[in-house]
Amino acid sequence: MNSIWNEKLIFELGAPGRRAFSLPASDVPEMELDWPENIFREEAPGLPEVSEPELVRHYTALSRLNHGVDTDFYPLGSCTMKYNPKVDEALAALPGFAGIHPYLPEELVQGALQLIYEMEAYLAEISGMDRVTMQPAAGAHGELTGILLVRAYHRCRGENRTRILVPDSAHGTNPATAAMAGYQVVSVPSDQRGGVDVAALGKLLDERVAGLMLTNPNTLGLFDENIHIIADMVHKVGGLLYYDGANTNAIMGYTRPGDMGFDVVHFNLHKTFATPHGGGGPGAGPVGVKKDLVPFLPVPLVDFDGKRYYFNYDLPHSIGKVRSFYGNFGVVVKAYAYIRSLGAEGLKQVSRDAVLNANYLMAHLKKYFYLPYDRFCKHEFVISGKWQKERNGVKTLDMAKRLLDYGFHPPTIYFPLIVEEAMMIEPTETESKETLDRFIDAMIRIAREAEEEPEKIKGAPYTTYIGRLDEVAAARKPELRWRAGK
Amino acid sequence: MRYLPNTTADRQKMMADIGISSVEELFADIPEQVRLKRELNLPEALAEPELVRHLEDLAGKNGDTSRYTCFLGGGYYDHYIPAVIPALLSRSEFYTAYTPYQAEISQGTLAAIYEFQTMICELTGMDVANASMYDGATALAEAAAVATGATRRQRVVVSRTVHPEYRQVLKTYLEPRGVELVELPCTNGVTTGDNLDRYINRQTAAVLVQQPNFFGCLEDVYSLQRAASGVGALFIVSADPISLGLLKPPGEYGASIVVGEGQSLGLPLSFGGPGFGYFAAREEFLRRIPGRVVGATSDARGRRGFVLTLQAREQHIRREKATSNICSNQALCALAATIYLSTMGPEGLRQVASLCAQKAAYAKKRLNAVKGISVAFDVPSFKEFVIKSEYPLNLIQESLLRHGLVAGPDLGRYYPELAGHLLVAVTERRTREEIDRLAEALEEVVG
Repeated sequence: MNSIWNEKLIFELGAPGRRAFSLPASDVPEMELDWPENIFREEAPGLPEVSEPELVRHYTALSRLNHGVDTDFYPLGSCTMKYNPKVDEALAALPGFAGIHPYLPEELVQGALQLIYEMEAYLAEISGMDRVTMQPAAGAHGELTGILLVRAYHRCRGENRTRILVPDSAHGTNPATAAMAGYQVVSVPSDQRGGVDVAALGKLLDERVAGLMLTNPNTLGLFDENIHIIADMVHKVGGLLYYDGANTNAIMGYTRPGDMGFDVVHFNLHKTFATPHGGGGPGAGPVGVKKDLVPFLPVPLVDFDGKRYYFNYDLPHSIGKVRSFYGNFGVVVKAYAYIRSLGAEGLKQVSRDAVLNANYLMAHLKKYFYLPYDRFCKHEFVISGKWQKERNGVKTLDMAKRLLDYGFHPPTIYFPLIVEEAMMIEPTETESKETLDRFIDAMIRIAREAEEEPEKIKGAPYTTYIGRLDEVAAARKPELRWRAGK
Repeated sequence: MRYLPNTTADRQKMMADIGISSVEELFADIPEQVRLKRELNLPEALAEPELVRHLEDLAGKNGDTSRYTCFLGGGYYDHYIPAVIPALLSRSEFYTAYTPYQAEISQGTLAAIYEFQTMICELTGMDVANASMYDGATALAEAAAVATGATRRQRVVVSRTVHPEYRQVLKTYLEPRGVELVELPCTNGVTTGDNLDRYINRQTAAVLVQQPNFFGCLEDVYSLQRAASGVGALFIVSADPISLGLLKPPGEYGASIVVGEGQSLGLPLSFGGPGFGYFAAREEFLRRIPGRVVGATSDARGRRGFVLTLQAREQHIRREKATSNICSNQALCALAATIYLSTMGPEGLRQVASLCAQKAAYAKKRLNAVKGISVAFDVPSFKEFVIKSEYPLNLIQESLLRHGLVAGPDLGRYYPELAGHLLVAVTERRTREEIDRLAEALEEVVG
């Protein structure tokens, strides 16, 4: 792969005077700007000076250094790296969606408002919630919105609750969100089967608890069979249940957060509903709520009066806005198209295949890797590299890097925190049996290599453009921008 | 279903290996009382051609920029998007990748973010920039949060000329942290310069301004900066990146943190999103900034490479002690901006900013000459300005629509004192003919 990139950044290409832009001359009479002298920039910004062919070749070369879902298998646990349908991209780019300004009068955006209105109904149905806001831009943003709704709900009832409970297996965004919303975070331990330790939860529940944040199936990929008991316990002390929707891909059509007793839920449209992750965004994190929390939703909601769709700002108890305008609308269009492509039976089949694929991988890998919770999983599962570490001194990180040599993106590693040397594997439903078999073969070969050639694994990867990078040096002496001559 | 590869035969083989006879066994742990005992009530699945027709129908009901000439502003703008941007963004190695956790197979994304961070530093005159935020509003709110942490003060002062929706988001973000939010009044379209010390005091963590402000007007950033630094408060500037092709980088007038909305840099309007927020700061705030940051380092052979760094600030490491809960950002939008800024270069960006300023100045003069219409604020402005009318705004809007034009927003919705005032934005895409048509449409109402 060495020839792909010339190892230069865009700043190191081109020459003064080269240009890739093309702008018309001004067609208005020259105007004297009445600006104060001290407001003008004196020195031009140090931006690249390249021609269009150089620019295109540079970013094309960079793209080839990436591994994407379209490149090969991407079993990154908790991230639901499923195939992103091409038609959804094309539809979001239609001028009637991509070319509409957020301040257009409502009569000129009836199609967009209808799409949002219908999307809200679909997400409410899939989750068992009463209303949904599209405003949050990502999963963690949805969490913040949801927890602020919980806060507003309690405050409106004159209660000043101070604690949010979070399981020890939770995504890091959960405790970070609760802290951002001004709450004290209390960790709930897991039990022997990987679920919430109900007895321990009972001891933590009192009138100080605003809510419990949970994902079900949880980050171990396990469905918490006590969910209805947990919900009753939390509700009994006046707390609310927050559903982290990162793992919704496992349950569509089988159960709904609303039926499990959850009061607030966020979706990750970029996981469950097949919109691309974009190398780290944009996603979208719509939030659904039960009836009692509707008055607190961010403004505006989209409503329909029987003739026309309109923005409803009339929510006196609203938490306000969490983002400018109406959220990542372009992402919502793609997810809408996905839901319309699959329908109810299609979505259920998605969950069936996602769960079947995960269990198939688990059944084959558990002979070679320690499986801390040996029961059927949902859409993902967690194995551990502890056998290899104890026997051969080979860590999970080493095995993850070795997977790169076999052409795969590694699983999520060292998460959840409650499993040592964790590897969290989520195949998704869009992978064929042949791909899963190739991955199983690679993992078995790596397990064998760990026994026979541990040093080889510790030096991996060998076939990538670049070797393991010195992250310690990067953090100790941060170099966060390019400078000429360095 | 075309997205699901496995056939019934494949599934049978897989079930045999697992040791089950039905997939339902894998769902047996879902308790009876929480099961959905009916099918989801969703519309019938559509074949791809039907889907395309349906979405085209919906899209066709919207008044996009090809049907209505866009003089709308207020944070999202109809700038020209060079063809190279959508072409390169369609490389699926970029758009189907996740956050670049595995650096060895993510150098494309990582190198591009490193370039992005550099460009944002160059535009703003700051030392460090992150990999992007959700939008300009949340970037501003997170900047205010950084200031309260850095100063250990609980009062944030924001000018009334900052985008009203940004101020709403600011309130949502700061209120649960117990931060007091104080508004600086405005006069004649800019922040009121008198009596600043009545608002900005020793308890103030930060002073937040927008340059150019929501009305398009240019603020006296020097006196505002002095008022902030005089009491040890951070000076936080929200800036339209296009304007920085002409305007002094905020770092040169003493800004501590610079944020803004990046949609102007090569991203479609898309009904307000996705765009991205940029976040840049002085080095002293490095370990307090939210979100992903990419750094340069090397591998064992000494080859330069890029990694996510300073992750000890972030939620997946620090959990409740993280600087923010942000995880996904708007990476692909930041890539679009990186390509935009590479396309424009220093000269192209200057020309775009200059064309906006020239055309807006022409429009300002042209509209001011229309009887019954006047420019509301007699201060310098960049690519937007405010007009007020003696006639009801709805009549004006109707006339504009008849002429295939849209302008706004109507400022009365955010500023009761500015009922009857309309924002007008003029980008480099607007032609003299379109500006004249706008003036004629206004004249028609008056006449």
